[in-house]
Amino acid sequence: MNDKVYMVPNPPMPNRAVMFDPDICSGCNLCVEVCPDDVMMPNPEKGEPPLVLYAEECWYCGGCVEECPRPGAITMLHPTQQRISVNWKRKDTGEYFRLGMTNPPAPNTRPPSG
Amino acid sequence: MTTWHEYVQKDGSFPEWPYPVRYDDTQNIVADVLVIGGGIAGCHAAISAAKHGAKVAIMDRGHAKRSGMGGAGVDHWHGACTNPCSKVTPEEYTQAILDSAHGYSNGLVRYIITTEGWDTLLDSEKMGMRIRDVDDEFKGADFRDEETKLLFAYDYENRHILRVWGYNHKPCLYNEMKRLNVDIYNRIMVTSLLTEGGKQGGKVVGATGVNTRTGEFYVFRAKATIIATGGAGRLWQFAPELTAAASMSDLNSSGAGQAIGWNAGAEFVLMEQSGRGGLGSLGYAPYSMANSSNTYQGTPIVDANGKEIPWYDVFGRELKTVKERFLPSLGQKFMLGVGIGLNYYLDEYRLNNLAPDVPERILKGELALPLYADLTLLPEHERRIIFGMMVGNEGKTRIPVYDTMAKAGFNPDKDLFQAPVMPPEAYRGANYWGGMGFPNTRSLAGGGFLVDWDLRTSLEGLYAAGGAPIFGSGCHGEAATTGRYSGRKAAAYAKSAAEPVADRKQVEAEKARVYAPLKQSKDGIGWKELNATTARIMQDYCGRYKNETTLNLGLRLLRELRETEAANAYVANPHELGRLLECYSLISVGELVMNASLARKASSVYIDFYRLDYPELDPPEWQKFLPVRLEDNKVRIRELPFDFHLRPPNAPNYKENYQLHCGL
Repeated sequence: MNDKVYMVPNPPMPNRAVMFDPDICSGCNLCVEVCPDDVMMPNPEKGEPPLVLYAEECWYCGGCVEECPRPGAITMLHPTQQRISVNWKRKDTGEYFRLGMTNPPAPNTRPPSG
Repeated sequence: MTTWHEYVQKDGSFPEWPYPVRYDDTQNIVADVLVIGGGIAGCHAAISAAKHGAKVAIMDRGHAKRSGMGGAGVDHWHGACTNPCSKVTPEEYTQAILDSAHGYSNGLVRYIITTEGWDTLLDSEKMGMRIRDVDDEFKGADFRDEETKLLFAYDYENRHILRVWGYNHKPCLYNEMKRLNVDIYNRIMVTSLLTEGGKQGGKVVGATGVNTRTGEFYVFRAKATIIATGGAGRLWQFAPELTAAASMSDLNSSGAGQAIGWNAGAEFVLMEQSGRGGLGSLGYAPYSMANSSNTYQGTPIVDANGKEIPWYDVFGRELKTVKERFLPSLGQKFMLGVGIGLNYYLDEYRLNNLAPDVPERILKGELALPLYADLTLLPEHERRIIFGMMVGNEGKTRIPVYDTMAKAGFNPDKDLFQAPVMPPEAYRGANYWGGMGFPNTRSLAGGGFLVDWDLRTSLEGLYAAGGAPIFGSGCHGEAATTGRYSGRKAAAYAKSAAEPVADRKQVEAEKARVYAPLKQSKDGIGWKELNATTARIMQDYCGRYKNETTLNLGLRLLRELRETEAANAYVANPHELGRLLECYSLISVGELVMNASLARKASSVYIDFYRLDYPELDPPEWQKFLPVRLEDNKVRIRELPFDFHLRPPNAPNYKENYQLHCGL
């Protein structure tokens, strides 16, 4: 609330595409290196997570996450209007769930085949 | 603090461009074979050319380790007709495609990919991509061969389509290119082909490009050049703010390869063919919604009350068991599968599907929305192969769908996966995540460079490979296989070709064109507005229904746009420069498509092409190809019979042509 206020353009839509955990990310920029669309730029401060500059150019391939040597440092986030569309229902209880909900069910820990 | 806005708000200053900016600096690169585009086709081409002794340079718009339409993985491999379990021959497959397309496809490309597709897959296996169930996870499944451990998709009887663990296909190819000392140039936006003497229609001697991080200019000289670029996903629709690049391909898909080929005078076929627009802005993240198509083929769909939608074969007979969904029915030879660049199927090659009247059942109240995928109704092997093996390896599913949904708690053993809620008519097909799309947005479908049995274009020294740039190609496996083949042919040609000499005037003119946007007034529009404007012209003047007047008006507007707003467009950094140059490509491809559309003065069901001024459907005299090209910047059109690939100077049958040209 007490931050200085600047004139900046509106945030792009979407404005994140990927999210970093600064406690895990080492700022190695491997994700920056492989992103096909240069969605991210190296942070001017060395060792800090990359800056998401062109979020609206992301095509959500997840290559950045696959490339990351520190699991959890980077999370891919579908645009909110896509996340709100991903819904499922537990067959035996009838409970409704959605991607991005506040109290999600326990994760399914089974890895993909291969 | 990871977004630009956060950074600026915190510091009150703009972060400086993180890469050294070297506009005007020129890098000169010489190679035997230059590959333009580092996707699946380009990487296979580079590897194949290098293995045949060529010094290879490859340029990629992004980074060759992950980029391209197939860069995010693949879960099934079409047309592997020579795998030890296949009951379909290359001849049968090729004929099925041509019969289905009623002639409007490319027999030679289909024959090459079905003859070498399996060998190409074995190459990828050697590079580290898994193609067999070595862990015996699916032992005993209907879709598994116990001896080879190969897994089949779509048609468990004929076994010509294989399920593969291809999420890491690109990293494997990238490592192999490194091993073979291929010179990889990432972040290069290709801008033009160089031709002998700078002449349109002349021998191709290389290409130019610009680095979209540093702004440097690149001049590549090569004895042979392979175009292995992608489609033009942004041609009819531009709304990346809404749906992941607003098409099935990423934003780099700007028709750059087609544009440089067209401007260099190469011949194109069937560019007038287009299909319903990809995702449009009404679509959803690929594979992220319940559906029963492609990767999800065979998935049970139930309504809000748990009532299952029945399955039918192509002749309208209800299928009672899950097993039958994956088997051809009486009267069918084999099933072709979807996603192979074919938009019209004969019944005898079509897949089994959900009831064809789902929209009517919804309207009558027999089915209640929303619909769900109920994977729990499948046997364990079928459930796991769809959600776990295919979803997990298909492009954009490993992290975006499997990992994301698993972490969020979705469990295919327990949960019903919801389909998007749409108007009833949207449930006609089984691919629900595609959404409805706008009626006036289209996507290129099937057209591309005319190639001969060497996969050489009409220009000497220029070859083509890939699912998108070649006329009559389509999927991931076809991209890989045409890449492998063209790499070999380009390397062989390069052995006896003269040293490539670039025309200085052509290079200087191109350099001036490329950098012009940096020198323009800051009052000019940006690349996004230019892209959206091109898309608007295409939607309005080159939609599903066309006539001579609207097409000519469309061409006039594209020319106007090029000479006014586009000529004054402004960029602030090398990234925006790359995107703006893509927009110039899009205008060129738009012109190519409209000229091809003007050439065909007839309507056709089979290529979804409707001329309001020539409403008669498929008149026999128009059942032919109409190759178009530029000569002295004037459009030239000629005619070519559907079976050109089996007419002189070619041999009269597939096998002979293949043996004469394959170079093995």
